Amino acid sequence: MKRKKRGTILFSSPPSIIANAAVVGKTEGEGPLAAHFDAICQDDRFCEKTWEKAEASLQKQTLSTAIKKAGLSADDIDMLFSGDLLNQCVASGYCARDMRIPFFGLYGACSTMAEALTLAAVMTGGGYAERAAAVTSSHFCTAERQFRFPLEYGGQRTPTSQRTVTGCGAAILSRTRKPPYILCCTPGRVVDLGIKDINNMGAAMAPAACDTLVSFFSDTGLSPSSFDLILTGDLGAAGADLLLETAERAGISLRSNYDDCGRMIFDSRAQDTHSGGSGCGCSGAVICSYVLNQMRIGKIASVLFVGTGALMSPTVLNQKESIPCIAHAVYISNSTAFKGG
Amino acid sequence: MQIGSADYQTLVKRFSKNSRTAKNTLNAFWTGGLICILGQALLDLFDSQKHLTHDEAVAAVTVVLVLLSALATGAGLYKPVAKFAGAGTLIPVTGFANAVVSAGLEFRSEGLVTGLGIKLFTIAGPVIVYGSAASFIYGVILWIIKTLA
Repeated sequence: MKRKKRGTILFSSPPSIIANAAVVGKTEGEGPLAAHFDAICQDDRFCEKTWEKAEASLQKQTLSTAIKKAGLSADDIDMLFSGDLLNQCVASGYCARDMRIPFFGLYGACSTMAEALTLAAVMTGGGYAERAAAVTSSHFCTAERQFRFPLEYGGQRTPTSQRTVTGCGAAILSRTRKPPYILCCTPGRVVDLGIKDINNMGAAMAPAACDTLVSFFSDTGLSPSSFDLILTGDLGAAGADLLLETAERAGISLRSNYDDCGRMIFDSRAQDTHSGGSGCGCSGAVICSYVLNQMRIGKIASVLFVGTGALMSPTVLNQKESIPCIAHAVYISNSTAFKGG
Repeated sequence: MQIGSADYQTLVKRFSKNSRTAKNTLNAFWTGGLICILGQALLDLFDSQKHLTHDEAVAAVTVVLVLLSALATGAGLYKPVAKFAGAGTLIPVTGFANAVVSAGLEFRSEGLVTGLGIKLFTIAGPVIVYGSAASFIYGVILWIIKTLA
């Protein structure tokens, strides 16, 4: 393992993602990526009494599916890195309680999938775990009641607001040599350019994504054209446009092969989701369904995934503070040959 | 180079779509107006009842509108209407009822006391607090004017 100047970790023996699974809710199942999910649950309560238990159940179902697809059982997983948006990461905690896998709870807001993949890759790539799972979930109804308003409260949203995705993604990493691999990861620094609008989180997060991209490209010597897909999660439509602009100013042109998980998961016009999806279940579900599946069938060979998170709390925002944001980059490729410097 | 905070704020303004104020205002105006017409019709109806005084009829209108709004909230009908109507449903007493009932429904899962009881006025609370405070201040002003006159 090698560590570069701006923090990028290059794996000398890259861990592979041996299985992935994504389960989503009803609205996400009506979106453009519907065909790629392992399951679409029509009941957003997941047969549970409370929304929090519903999210824990969603996480359990997704992780169990991923483990099963890998041909393993829960006992074969050495470590579980999982996170969600809830206070004290309760969805992850309750899922881990039932799964009985050694557990690390993570909070990186919508960047959690990239954070979990990074840590699981370090553990497996470094030889400290034979197999590790990276899981993230979010649920529209748990997020609304914690961050915004009661579900039946009637109000209007601004065009830049995003809809929290009901969904979960799970990936199983292993030391086995089988594509796709995680070649390197760039842990992000917290960036805050003074955005205070809770309804424009894409704008708050875009500079963090830009900062991490600059670090990644300067550490690896690669260029945006080295990738089939550069994917942020989840800036939404407004944030994605801002990233293209700020990246361009920083000398990185993303125009040809860039997309954002928040833009991909919904048809914002037909589904009236404004700027797109958000929540760690958004990038989790998009990466662990469409993206990794396209890599497995060889349609995409290399992906740079930049998970972006707005590390805000309603309490601190009410105290008029701005939103600190983070982005972690994960380079996923079907080949172990690293062409960078 | 990383962009500065002031420059970035300008950029954000340029890239972020604004709400459609003209359309929203127009919709709020006519939907809010419709609710007021309903209120007026109810008032006329109650006023025509011999056993109700005018003050009682006014109170009865409020009770009926609050009840309708609460039922609509519980049935999941209020939210889609409010999304369209905006301030049109928010400003009349219907908005207050929705704020209380939606919080009641939402936080019932945390128990009658620790959930519903504590969170019932989580949105509507400020209206009660500042409404009471404002009426007190106006009362004092009115008292001073009457005493001096």
